[in-house]
Amino acid sequence: MRIEGTPLKSIMRAGAATIASALALALLAGCADTAPGAAVDNTPAAPATTAPATEPAGTETTVPEPSVTLAGEFSGAGASTQEQSMAAWIASFQNQHNGVNVNYDPSGSGAGRTQFLAGGVLWAGTDNVLTDDEVAQSLAICGPEGSIDLPVYISAIAVAFNVPGVQELNLSSDNIARLFTGEITNWNDPAIAADNPGVDLPDLAVTPIHRSDSSGTTNNFMSWLNATAPVAFPHSASSTWPLEGGESAAGTSGVVNVVNSTPGAVTYSDLGAIGGLGRAAIQVGDHWEAPSAVGAARAVEVSPLLEGRHQYDLAVSLDRTTTEAGAYPLVLVSYIAVCLHYQNESDGQFVREFITYITSDSAQQMSAQVADSAPITATMRDQIHSSVAAITYGS
Amino acid sequence: MGSMPSVGSLTWAEPGSVGRLGEGEVVSDRDNIAASETLLPEFSRLEDERAEDAVLTSQVNAGSNLTADALVRPHTIRSDRAESLLRPDADNPKKRRHRQNADRGFSRVFRWIATGSAIFILAVLAAVAIFLIYRALPAFTATDAQMAEVRTHLPRMTSLWGLMGTLVFGTLLAALLALLLATPIAVGIALFISHYAPKRVAGIISYVVDLLAAIPSVVFGLWGALVLAPNIRTFWGWIAGALSRVPGVTVSNSATGRSVATASVVLAVMILPIITAVSREVFRQTPTLHEEAALALGATRWEMVKTAVLPFGRSGVISAAMLGLGRALGETMAVLMILSPGFLVSLQIFDGGQVQTIAAFIASMFPESAGLTINVLIACGLALFIISMAVNMGARWITARRAEFSGAN
Repeated sequence: MRIEGTPLKSIMRAGAATIASALALALLAGCADTAPGAAVDNTPAAPATTAPATEPAGTETTVPEPSVTLAGEFSGAGASTQEQSMAAWIASFQNQHNGVNVNYDPSGSGAGRTQFLAGGVLWAGTDNVLTDDEVAQSLAICGPEGSIDLPVYISAIAVAFNVPGVQELNLSSDNIARLFTGEITNWNDPAIAADNPGVDLPDLAVTPIHRSDSSGTTNNFMSWLNATAPVAFPHSASSTWPLEGGESAAGTSGVVNVVNSTPGAVTYSDLGAIGGLGRAAIQVGDHWEAPSAVGAARAVEVSPLLEGRHQYDLAVSLDRTTTEAGAYPLVLVSYIAVCLHYQNESDGQFVREFITYITSDSAQQMSAQVADSAPITATMRDQIHSSVAAITYGS
Repeated sequence: MGSMPSVGSLTWAEPGSVGRLGEGEVVSDRDNIAASETLLPEFSRLEDERAEDAVLTSQVNAGSNLTADALVRPHTIRSDRAESLLRPDADNPKKRRHRQNADRGFSRVFRWIATGSAIFILAVLAAVAIFLIYRALPAFTATDAQMAEVRTHLPRMTSLWGLMGTLVFGTLLAALLALLLATPIAVGIALFISHYAPKRVAGIISYVVDLLAAIPSVVFGLWGALVLAPNIRTFWGWIAGALSRVPGVTVSNSATGRSVATASVVLAVMILPIITAVSREVFRQTPTLHEEAALALGATRWEMVKTAVLPFGRSGVISAAMLGLGRALGETMAVLMILSPGFLVSLQIFDGGQVQTIAAFIASMFPESAGLTINVLIACGLALFIISMAVNMGARWITARRAEFSGAN
């Protein structure tokens, strides 16, 4: 009995110390999300509230005035992909609308869609469009018109590598697939050399690094690989890596760090995050296309919309095998899922204003700066704005 | 009896033992009572009652005949106190009334607060257990078609039991490796603090080790991923190369250093403080009589530690190791950041993409999960809950079993 008394005390001491440090961390984290005091003079550069080209048919409820006075608290949740851009958008939106408080919880696409369908949040950020099942479920909270997906964030995914002395390589889909499945084990492989005349490829072992967490980037990378190199990469897209035994790291910064510290490593990542790593130009048609924001936006623009969706749904059926010049089809498109009808008037007004703002040219340029995303094209913006005009509210 | 400590310190007779001498006297005061346990076999039977009444008794006795006794016969204080502890009520009729009257006013309120706190912690534990079982159930009862949907999200999952099996294996592998690395070092530090270091140095080292426990695991994770893994990989490669020379053995090696071995090194650093703290306290409780007896018989310092300190502290060290194991099993952030996970039952500890721990798996998969996948994750959490509980119960069992004959003999 007596023996245990003292050690227990020291355990408690250690525990108290741990709790204290945890509290300190929590406080720090709390500081990070406090919104900037929104009392800043509202810049009159109002979101380009360009009147929708096509007037939505059959809007039986009130049509809002161009400038509405918003007030209240509005919440969304979902993909962490959009987190950085969303934070910038929200800060700027709150500056323009005094009395509006917007929250975005980057809890992940799946969690965001679940919360949205449960009516917990006004919109979901998601890397995958709502499934038909989910659209059917959304009727319960959105009314008979259901919900739609609107693309708001486009990002190029780069194949990035750490090969000393090599900054750019031409890598065909087939070669990329074989690098990641472990069939090509050395950077001086003849298959790579054949596409890169004049490049001095070192005798260096290949170490492919994938994402160990579930991620929209993995999903889009696999989707592209599977579409363009179905023989070398026969695995259908999923948000976690399908093969056993490879090296991996959690998060975009995780994989980039590992590649930085490992000569011979190769990974896939948001273009904006790869820093000074070497990047691969991929084969599009009969030419090589280096990753770029412009190319990504172009690839989304030339892709058709997903068929069988609501007329205002803008889910893109990405054409991974496009041969269009200037298009870079290894892209990630992140959507915002919203209702076509909101019971609460201020909710509906907010959603219309907010989406109009975040898809405006200035907001998309801001996103390009903070997150290296690709601004959506003007054509796409017009489409989004006509979908937004179809969102109704009131009872 | 009273002269023993000075004899002992003369025997050690080395510079720097002055601080130790003072400490030795304090310990011997406490431990002469422990020694009396051996003289009075019925003492241990009454030990619980003694613990309950000790505080009250000593307070009540403070002004009574014991003090006078002590003045007359100083060398018999302890046996007298032991006597009165054995029969707390015999020479103290006021005591019963005292205890009854003690529970009124705020004292009663405080009793309810304390009782409420105790019930609260049980309720929390029960709530967590119920939540885990309730939310894990759909994963166990899901049909094959439903599991196929989960597999589109987790393509490497063969079946729920397969997944949980590999994860349990990975969790235990990483934690046990960490324990294997940490325990000898922790025992070494604890012995240094309790038996070798000068008092001031011992204080500083104790403080530093306790400080290690306060570092958040995410910081250990960052250090492991950014500093340790890229630097230790050549060392692991060298070991793997050496082991591969053994005929029939192939040890593969990670190019990034993000292997279970690296993760275990960081886990070992993280569990070092708790094992050290508990071991240190146990070693300090070693009866000075035993130590001095060993030294008097001509034992060297190491022989004294081997024959007196280590046997006495063995059960304490085991329970300390179990506490450390408990922490290593549940560690999330560090493993998430350091390990290249895989879903294999593999002993290739120097290679990446082999195994994954339950906690890191849940943390990495939860954000993008929905529907039945979440139930699968919670089922894995339930497995971790059960393992942790088993480890803690094992620790208690071992300590309780050994406590009976530790120390006094």
